Amino acid sequence: MMNPKTQNKVAIGTLYGVAGLVVLILLALLGYILVSGLPQLSWHFLTAPAKAFLKGGGVGVQLYNSFYLLILAMLISFPIALGAAIYLYEYAKDNWVTTTIRTAIEILSSLPSVVVGLFGFLFFVVKLRLGFSILSGAFALTFFNLPLLTRSIEDSLRTIDTTQREGGLALGLSRWETVTRVILPAAVPSILTGVILSAGRVFGEAAALIYTAGQSAPALDFTDWNPFNISSPLNPMRPAETLAVHIWKINSEGIMPDAKAISSGSSAVLVLAILLFNFAARYLGKRLYKRLTSA
Amino acid sequence: MMKSTQQLEQQLKRHSKAAKLEIWGKVVSFSALILIVAVVVGIIGFVASKGLATFFTNHVSLWDFLSGKSWNPGVTDANGKPEVGALPMIMGSFLITVLSAIVATPFAIGTAVFMNEISPNKGAKILQPVTELLVGIPSVVYGFIGLSVVVPVTRAIFGGSGFGILSGTCVLFVMILPTVTSMSVDALRAVPRYYREASLALGATQWQTIYKVVLRAATPGLMTAVVFGMARAFGEALAVQMVIGNAALMPGSLVDPSSTLTSVLTTGIGNTVMGSLQNNALWSLALVLLLMSLVFNLIVRLIGRKGRLQ
Repeated sequence: MMNPKTQNKVAIGTLYGVAGLVVLILLALLGYILVSGLPQLSWHFLTAPAKAFLKGGGVGVQLYNSFYLLILAMLISFPIALGAAIYLYEYAKDNWVTTTIRTAIEILSSLPSVVVGLFGFLFFVVKLRLGFSILSGAFALTFFNLPLLTRSIEDSLRTIDTTQREGGLALGLSRWETVTRVILPAAVPSILTGVILSAGRVFGEAAALIYTAGQSAPALDFTDWNPFNISSPLNPMRPAETLAVHIWKINSEGIMPDAKAISSGSSAVLVLAILLFNFAARYLGKRLYKRLTSA
Repeated sequence: MMKSTQQLEQQLKRHSKAAKLEIWGKVVSFSALILIVAVVVGIIGFVASKGLATFFTNHVSLWDFLSGKSWNPGVTDANGKPEVGALPMIMGSFLITVLSAIVATPFAIGTAVFMNEISPNKGAKILQPVTELLVGIPSVVYGFIGLSVVVPVTRAIFGGSGFGILSGTCVLFVMILPTVTSMSVDALRAVPRYYREASLALGATQWQTIYKVVLRAATPGLMTAVVFGMARAFGEALAVQMVIGNAALMPGSLVDPSSTLTSVLTTGIGNTVMGSLQNNALWSLALVLLLMSLVFNLIVRLIGRKGRLQ
């Protein structure tokens, strides 16, 4: 048996090694994405439409689709998640109904995104006849996003001190008024951080979209902003391949000669976007907190 | 006179503007909550009704489905029964999940201990932001890196095509590592400070404190972290599909092309006709996937209930 002091040294040394190795793996991963991807980025790459068989296509349409879907999904899911979180934290009594509802939300958050996507395919694309469309995709993303967003908003509400609620009620405000006039304004910074972070996850989601928003990206006419025209960027009924789906698609069945270069570039764009979301979440959260509170 | 009392009574009993707003707010927020529950029920109901059709409409026996080794729903075998043996995919999914969890757990817990117990400074400065960022990296990006780095390396070392369970395990290992690490950190953080102080005060070394006190106290939390990682690995679709080779065969070795439930689903569902046996069989796979995610959920709950710190 080693003496405890040597044992201690060996163990701590090993832990240093393990942590170092993990950092190395993670940094190598990030480095690989950026080093192989950044040289591909150019204005042309980011704006030009994709080419199916030739070199030199871009990801302009896919990038636009990703953002459009993200915004639509957020517009649908945010009010629902906000309402659900308010009820769960401010109104719900601690009984079996609430426990069941919480369990349901947990189940939804642990469902594989393929299953959510398949349900979206079955329900929106086939049953409601929306076809492969932005709208179907936005609903699928909403389902994927709802549990995460609800939980993060609920956590934000939890950080607001009870004295604030008591203060509101003592002033004769109803519970609802307390929530909307006192609690929510105080919680805005951390709610915003949660929204941006979940936006990052939605932005990179692909499995839920393959069979809902589709795998094709028809050319868009960026001068036509009438949502009822098929080539209009705003049309919610057109199929829309996003950037993440594009990476999967060209790697599993792509026939373009520069598939690898395009995937590296697209991966770098995705990762940069996630980085941006992360920094924005931190920065805006802090900034807003300073402005909205006296702290 | 009578009438005016009645009026007064009515006036007093009427809801005020604020009370109406209160009721309105409560109803609206409750309906949002109910909507989410309806979505969950809807997903489970729809997938179950589709997935069970294989057994009730097409009369495939459940045992044949779970234990059959050949997956070829379009073809009927010698007995005139369709070949819908899902065992290769179920095996593939479980193998890849268990293997990646076995590899990732020591790394994740080691890193978490380092971040929380040994060098909180470096942990907060370097490891925390990096893991947080990596949790958010989209799975297709992992799949793409697997395809362009892991698969060629596997091919160079073990020969063959490079596609297979080994490559899938490597990709999933890196994928679940940040998730398991950050959840393990939370578990370690929940261990009260005085546990450590008491142990150190008894003359235990730092390692003895970590090994005999902190890790023991955090065991339920660490197990939850690993189960979450496994659930993520089990349900991951695209990253795995890109590197596993997609051959619906029993995995002969770790470097043979094989397939998982999710990989067959992503490649197959678009190429089959709704309502056909081929399609229903795929929905049965989706149902297996759904049930497994419920099982993982249940395990997390059981751990949480049994292992709560008293």
